[in-house]
Amino acid sequence: MIELQAVGKAFGAIQAVDGVSLTIEHGEFVVLIGPSGSGKSTLLKMINRLVEHDRGRILFKAEDIRSFRAEDIRRRMGYAIQSTGLFPHWSVARNIATVPELLGWPAARIAARVDELLALFGLDPQAYRGRYPHQLSGGQQQRVGVARALAADPEALLMDEPFGALDPITRRTLQDELARIHRASGKTIVLVTHDIDEALHLATRIVLLDHGRIVQAGAPRQLLAQPANDFVCDFVGRSDLGLKLLGLQIVAERMRAGEPADGAAIAATMNLRDALSLFVERHVECLPVADAQGRVVGALHFADLLARPA
Amino acid sequence: MIRMVQPALRDPLVWAFAALLLVALGLPSAKPLFAALFPTLDRPLYEQDSFVALLASHAAIVALSSAAAAAVGIAGALFVTRPAGREFRPLVQTLVAIGQTVPPVAVLAIAVPLIGFGTLPALIALALYGLLPIVRAAIAGLESVPAAALEAADGTGMTGMQRLWHIELPLAGPVLLAGVRTSVIINIGTATIASTVGARTLGSPIIVGLSGFNTAYVIQGALLVGLLAIVADLLLARAERRLGRWTRA
Repeated sequence: MIELQAVGKAFGAIQAVDGVSLTIEHGEFVVLIGPSGSGKSTLLKMINRLVEHDRGRILFKAEDIRSFRAEDIRRRMGYAIQSTGLFPHWSVARNIATVPELLGWPAARIAARVDELLALFGLDPQAYRGRYPHQLSGGQQQRVGVARALAADPEALLMDEPFGALDPITRRTLQDELARIHRASGKTIVLVTHDIDEALHLATRIVLLDHGRIVQAGAPRQLLAQPANDFVCDFVGRSDLGLKLLGLQIVAERMRAGEPADGAAIAATMNLRDALSLFVERHVECLPVADAQGRVVGALHFADLLARPA
Repeated sequence: MIRMVQPALRDPLVWAFAALLLVALGLPSAKPLFAALFPTLDRPLYEQDSFVALLASHAAIVALSSAAAAAVGIAGALFVTRPAGREFRPLVQTLVAIGQTVPPVAVLAIAVPLIGFGTLPALIALALYGLLPIVRAAIAGLESVPAAALEAADGTGMTGMQRLWHIELPLAGPVLLAGVRTSVIINIGTATIASTVGARTLGSPIIVGLSGFNTAYVIQGALLVGLLAIVADLLLARAERRLGRWTRA
């Protein structure tokens, strides 16, 4: 889908991005992460040409992005940023309609799409369509920002720390919504963050950057289990590494099917980190597990948490 | 009918405009009043020209010169806020500030030997003089557009023109228009001096009155200039509010 070949960008004497090669497949959720100044934002902005790379090549669907008009490539990729960048003088509906308007969609199709997106993000179209951004809460603004990025059904979605300015609860809710949208739509998403928990929660692949270079790229579990060097260890956090690993797996992967147990059942989709918390909280060594319909389908023993992943 | 009339009666703009028309049309009939107020004057009413014609000509000169100042000023501000023109910004700001320090009388005095007497030198002097508030406000307005909105405009694939037209100018609008308003009010006052170079403005009765010790003439001219300034100010304030409507939603 998106292919970066030895891409570089210098601002004056500083190499912001230094020879990065990365292939992003269709449907992947790639999270670019790294400390401040690691070049992650610059790398993201080079994909839609908000920053022009000065070395290497970037391909979008096997075509050099320089062969497109910059505006055209941006309209084919949704773009959401931290401070939302909503246009303050436009209503919510008009903000969401930005790219469809630029693409010249008929008015009826735009209106239908706006309502569809508002509903998708849990905002009542009737109530929110005509509001202005300053009349919304931070979380609502960010939902509208992401809705705008998705409006024209883009082939890829680029997000620059979209949830950075939100409180932890709203951030978690929006992350879940984004994960749900990713699963449902299968869209290619590239997201920049400095929050390792956000990366572990959302990514199918994490790309850890430092000083404009890729330090390690791989599935979240791989980054935790096989860190390439001390920098990766430090970045993902040494003290709660085990807990993070548990956070990446769900109860269904470890439970003993068909075994009975006493007490209130936990969901099979709960992650093992939350399950561990319940073991400690309830002072038990065994928890019953229920499926989506609420039927008890097995049990999870405390010792199962310690088993090596298959 | 009553529902339409009532809000109009509470509108200061309607009142100011009515007062302006009334004074312009009614001054000739007020000759006995001025004769009573100034018994020593042989001619207590300015009668070389009709007040309505002077008012129309004054308003036209202000409108033309302000329009020219706005066009040049906004274009200049746009140029120095683009990447290509950023380096010229201090230069433009200095030039316009210098223009403001030259008294309009001096500009007229220089313009006359170059262009001659009449309306044209007056228009040029007023346009130059009205430039500073517009340039300053336009730059301030354009700079006040949130950086995130600009990044989003680029990121969603707007062209430079679309960004300017849909995002920058509407967001800069209220501040920019405040500059135009200041400029127009200054020009309404300054245009009175333009009658010294032969332009027909409401300054004629004032200048003639001052040189001939005729206080009645001065009052008649000043009254109309004052009312015209109030009408223009209310009108532009209303346009400013319209542009910033979304902030009060």
